[in-house]
Amino acid sequence: MSNTTPLLDVSGLTKHFPIKGGFPIRRTVGAVQAVDGLDFQVAEGESLGLVGESGCGKSTTGRLITRLMEPTGGKITYRGQDITHAGRKELAPIRSEIQMIFQDPYASLNPRQTVGKIISGPMEINDINPEGGREKRVRELLEIVGLNPEHFNRFPHEFSGGQRQRIGVARALALQPKLIVADEPVSALDVSIQAQVVNLLQKVQRELGIAFVFIAHDLAIVRHFSQRVAVMYLGKIVEIADREDLYENPRHPYTRALLSAVPEATVDEEPRERIRLAGDVPSPINPPSGCRFRTRCWKATEKCATEAPPLVQVEGNKPGHLTACHYPETTETVPAPRLSKDPEAAA
Amino acid sequence: MFRFLVRRILGAAVILLIISAITFLLFYVAPRDPARVACGKVCTPQTLALVKHNLGIDDPLPVQYWHWLEGVFVGRDYASFGHCNAPCLGYSFQNRVPVLSLIEDRFPTTISLALGSAVVFVIFGVGTGMIAAVKQGKALDKIASSASLIGSSLQIYIVGIVAMYYLSDEWGILDRPNDSSGFTDDPGAWFSGLLLPWFVLAIIFTANYTRMTRSQLVETLSEDYVRTARAKGLSARTVFFRFAWRGAMGPIVTILGLDLGSLLGGAVITEQTFGLHGIGALSVKAVRDNDLPMLLGVVLVAAGAIVLFNIVVDAVYALIDPRVRLA
Amino acid sequence: MSTPFLSVRDLRVHFSTEDGLVKAVDGLSFDVEKGKTLGIVGESGSGKSVTNLSILGLHNRERTTMDGEIILDGQELLTASERTLEKLRGNKMSMIFQDALASLSPYHTVGVQIAETYRKHTGASKREARARAVEMLRRVGIPQPDVRVDEYPHQFSGGMRQRAMIAMALVCDPELLIADEPTTALDVTVQAQIMDLLKDLQQEFGTAIIFITHDLGVIADIADDVLVMYGGRCVERGTKKEVLRSPDHPYTLGLMNSMPTLNGSVDVPLTPIPGSPPSLLNPPSGCRFHPRCAFAEKVSGGLCSSDRPTLEVVEGRGSACHLTQEQKQDLFADFAATRHN
Repeated sequence: MSNTTPLLDVSGLTKHFPIKGGFPIRRTVGAVQAVDGLDFQVAEGESLGLVGESGCGKSTTGRLITRLMEPTGGKITYRGQDITHAGRKELAPIRSEIQMIFQDPYASLNPRQTVGKIISGPMEINDINPEGGREKRVRELLEIVGLNPEHFNRFPHEFSGGQRQRIGVARALALQPKLIVADEPVSALDVSIQAQVVNLLQKVQRELGIAFVFIAHDLAIVRHFSQRVAVMYLGKIVEIADREDLYENPRHPYTRALLSAVPEATVDEEPRERIRLAGDVPSPINPPSGCRFRTRCWKATEKCATEAPPLVQVEGNKPGHLTACHYPETTETVPAPRLSKDPEAAA
Repeated sequence: MFRFLVRRILGAAVILLIISAITFLLFYVAPRDPARVACGKVCTPQTLALVKHNLGIDDPLPVQYWHWLEGVFVGRDYASFGHCNAPCLGYSFQNRVPVLSLIEDRFPTTISLALGSAVVFVIFGVGTGMIAAVKQGKALDKIASSASLIGSSLQIYIVGIVAMYYLSDEWGILDRPNDSSGFTDDPGAWFSGLLLPWFVLAIIFTANYTRMTRSQLVETLSEDYVRTARAKGLSARTVFFRFAWRGAMGPIVTILGLDLGSLLGGAVITEQTFGLHGIGALSVKAVRDNDLPMLLGVVLVAAGAIVLFNIVVDAVYALIDPRVRLA
Repeated sequence: MSTPFLSVRDLRVHFSTEDGLVKAVDGLSFDVEKGKTLGIVGESGSGKSVTNLSILGLHNRERTTMDGEIILDGQELLTASERTLEKLRGNKMSMIFQDALASLSPYHTVGVQIAETYRKHTGASKREARARAVEMLRRVGIPQPDVRVDEYPHQFSGGMRQRAMIAMALVCDPELLIADEPTTALDVTVQAQIMDLLKDLQQEFGTAIIFITHDLGVIADIADDVLVMYGGRCVERGTKKEVLRSPDHPYTLGLMNSMPTLNGSVDVPLTPIPGSPPSLLNPPSGCRFHPRCAFAEKVSGGLCSSDRPTLEVVEGRGSACHLTQEQKQDLFADFAATRHN
């Protein structure tokens, strides 16, 4: 990778939510290990995809990066500045450079404010007066996201779901951010609308050179949008690589299982290889020892239970392709489709 | 459940302690001196000091409060009245009677008034609310909704007086309100004496319960699990009572608990309107007479009732909704 | 020709709302055979869920007008009494919903919810019904079914909840199962588990399944036949292979082109369908898709905005579009090219 400082550098990032309990005096009796030791970087103008199933900690990660939440441990460096525990004042200038786009376009816009007010909100808070005034800037932004600039006086309910998400994008762009964290930005939208928003985000990323952390569960959309992709499982990154490497040569069994489970809108003569994971994701309160995926992995051995595999460039990986597995998959020896229908055997 | 109760009861004790201390403080901020009131017209400094000593208000404030707490937990000795067993809430300044016995005297009226009217307003309020919810948008719903709007804007001191004038004085349908017979001495007289206050008090509350029941049910009737229950082939009646009503119950029980709690602290206006002698009337008297021990007593009863019903509500809620876990 | 197990003919479902009349379903016909799965694809407001609630008769009768025919195994459902429908629901036909947490009662244990369906339709004793609930939970792959039967839905994981819902729907061995987006809220690995389960159960019992989804990938996995809905109408019908390999309606084609794939080119932007799904309060005239259709101006005489295209079905295959077959061949070829490179 390049030797310049990355835009965002995350190391050992950890977030544990305490669980209260006990008698007669309530105290912390445990923790939900939502995010547990993440290392990754985001280069300027790059899009990093975060994928994983619900509960893997991808949304928490997004909230930690934007510092909507305070990390329990680890370090977040933004353009060389440590913002891990930065206070309100230190964060103020950075807040305008890191913006967020949310999943629900209905809930994330104030219904009582006009679109103009919503989009200019960030400028007012940060006391930014663009040349030609805020209203002119709002019109520009509406134009960029493909909405009629004359509609700045309308309210969110007058727009459709896709258009609302465009408003969310315009708000995020208002302060000319360097990094946008997009948390499931299209999953609440109709299929025919998703592509509109993905294309808009892509245009924004390319034309304005904004870096993205793109959080989603849809692997095809992440592949389309992100140059690099990290796969998370139970609070840890199990694999991270350039998209071609990750989708064509997945080395972690979980990545492979995840990819094989994605239903594709094609009718194949020969059925695709399918790996069926049995059971559910274990609780993040008491995650499995060693490798967290071992309870659902068909390759797990004693070693997996005792030793947590480090996230490294395993043999056969290209540079920058890191995998956390003791027994990485290989393309040469394709394992037979493993069907497990009996969850009791796995439980 | 056990842990929950222990924790909450300890919490309640702390709250009551704080409330009593605040009441104590506020009392001494007030400009009127109870000793001077008790001392009468011809009051020499000597007699005033004696009165103060007899009332136990010549000590510094913290010492007084400490004595009062002692009385509550272990009992205390008075120069003029002798020993008072724990829990001792002291003697009324005004008529030199133990506060506790006064409260015990008045409490049956308050309980009768509160529980009796609760039975009426729960039956009528929830009943009409249910009908309104089932007949959503129909004439019956509109009648119930507008009636409840009118009901909730009525005031007891108007409705009460009008009702008393016509129903008992003019037409003689109901007895004039009185609380001279207890439930145990003469159930018949007890019942007829309180019937009018129950209904008048219930009018105000019924409206609330109608509106709340209706809105809760309208919400739960559109829940996905209600649709699922229909899709399983269960009858509309089963779905209504087993699923929709079950979901609507929680918030209604919560409000009922709070209403009962405050009613047990004394329905001041109602008691005044109907000339009943419950905790409410006692509170008014305590304030008017600057009677500190009496005041502390009624304040504790009122606060205790509210705190107690809060605990009850939380426990009942957990029984209704298994998702609620008590801790 | 044998009569189909479920036959829906010219179904029209209209709701009266405060804002006006919503034509949620506007002339829809389809058949489902036993042992087969019909996939219904559509976006929000396409009428796909409304159609299926009509089959079960779950609409508020006072605010809904329904026309047409729904015939299940020789029995007309639209005109059937509430009593008749109650006997059929959960028994001969049942339904599973998208959000299992919201769709299961939070106040009753999973076992009670399964058992009460069974008791209602078979008159079984409490003990028998409970045993049946445990058996059903085991059959849908819930570990320790004799313990989990006494737990509440919130104590189950997302996938387990959906399994419990399936157990509840299948407890009386229904002949028709309607699955309304049953996997949409689930993660992909769990989604795969649930679809496998439904396929297995169908093979075992020969159930007819209507599977509603917005995801063409899911359709490719589970359906035999496909019905594409848009704005309350069917725009295209055919076997899964026919519809997914050679879509015959601009909307179906547009849906396929707007979805990224796991092996397509990442350098070409996606081809979205412009605009938004139509409002059913005030739907577009003529073909309801015409305001968003890339080819509407290729049809002469403004037919797309004036006339409703007819759906002509030959041997289960057909689409409702004013374009001629020759035009489609020309126009759709370009689109197909961008997809499979």
